Amino acid sequence: MKQKTFLISGFIASLFLAGVVSFYASSSPDGLEKVAGEIGFLDSAKEHTNSDGVLADYGVKGVENARLSTGAAGVIGVIATGAISTGLFFLIRRKPGGIK
Amino acid sequence: MHIPDGFIGLPTSGAFAVVAAAGVAISIRGAKSSLDEKTAPLAGLTATFIFAVQMLNFPVAAGTSGHLLGAALAAVLIGPYAATLAITIVLILQALLFADGGLSALGLSIFNMSIVAVWFGYGVFLLVKKIAPKKKVSISIAAAIAALLSVPAAAAGFVLQYAIGANATFSISAVFTAMIGTHLLIGIGEALITFFAVGAVLASRSDLVYGYKNQVSQLEIRAN
Repeated sequence: MKQKTFLISGFIASLFLAGVVSFYASSSPDGLEKVAGEIGFLDSAKEHTNSDGVLADYGVKGVENARLSTGAAGVIGVIATGAISTGLFFLIRRKPGGIK
Repeated sequence: MHIPDGFIGLPTSGAFAVVAAAGVAISIRGAKSSLDEKTAPLAGLTATFIFAVQMLNFPVAAGTSGHLLGAALAAVLIGPYAATLAITIVLILQALLFADGGLSALGLSIFNMSIVAVWFGYGVFLLVKKIAPKKKVSISIAAAIAALLSVPAAAAGFVLQYAIGANATFSISAVFTAMIGTHLLIGIGEALITFFAVGAVLASRSDLVYGYKNQVSQLEIRAN
């Protein structure tokens, strides 16, 4: 498979998972939250500094439809992660021909 | 396993932030040799895929869910240094954009998931790869076993932080037992996802997989 085809397929799969499949994810507490609740230290958690943020808790503020809200947050996250991480990895990569 | 603010006291959180920052600095230097024109985009894609799959919580036991951590997956695909960086980028974006994982706890989470899980997972991968038959499928199996164990390893990192500086005073052994037990279960899901994801990349572009390249081919590349 060509490198370009491979990267585009992976990116589209990520968009699909975060944009569509994420709606069906389990909303039960995760392992740490569950343990914290059972043992009793869940109360020591403070509210998140950014809990009023536009994308807080993987939803777009103001979008009523849950499917759309989660999906859009997922798509924004995939694009942001893709752009920022690929940019940074290119910055630190070994430059062709260079010894530095 | 994104730690919220408040579970662990600020002095401990600060100390782990310093350790995490040092680990990230070392990883930036270490990743340089494994990242080139071809593998840098794969590293970006790995971070992107991990972000996406971390949104997919799967049920593990009564009223509990888990999601991919991605540490072993990233270590096998792009090498441990780049993996540390990939998971760190995901954790920072999740905390800043999505209010997932406390900002003061970011150093704690980076230590557990980007450093402990990645390097422990990579160690297990190398061990299993060494004793397994020299076949392509052994790479996926070694990655899956590494994934299974990397999740409780990250959980053990949290227990260490809890023991040093928790704001609550519940028994450390109770926290240890509950954390390891729950995260071994989550590790099974982690192992399955990692097995298929590594298998898919090996089937389409095995030349890009860091953990598949053997010593000989790396020496050849350097000699050229």
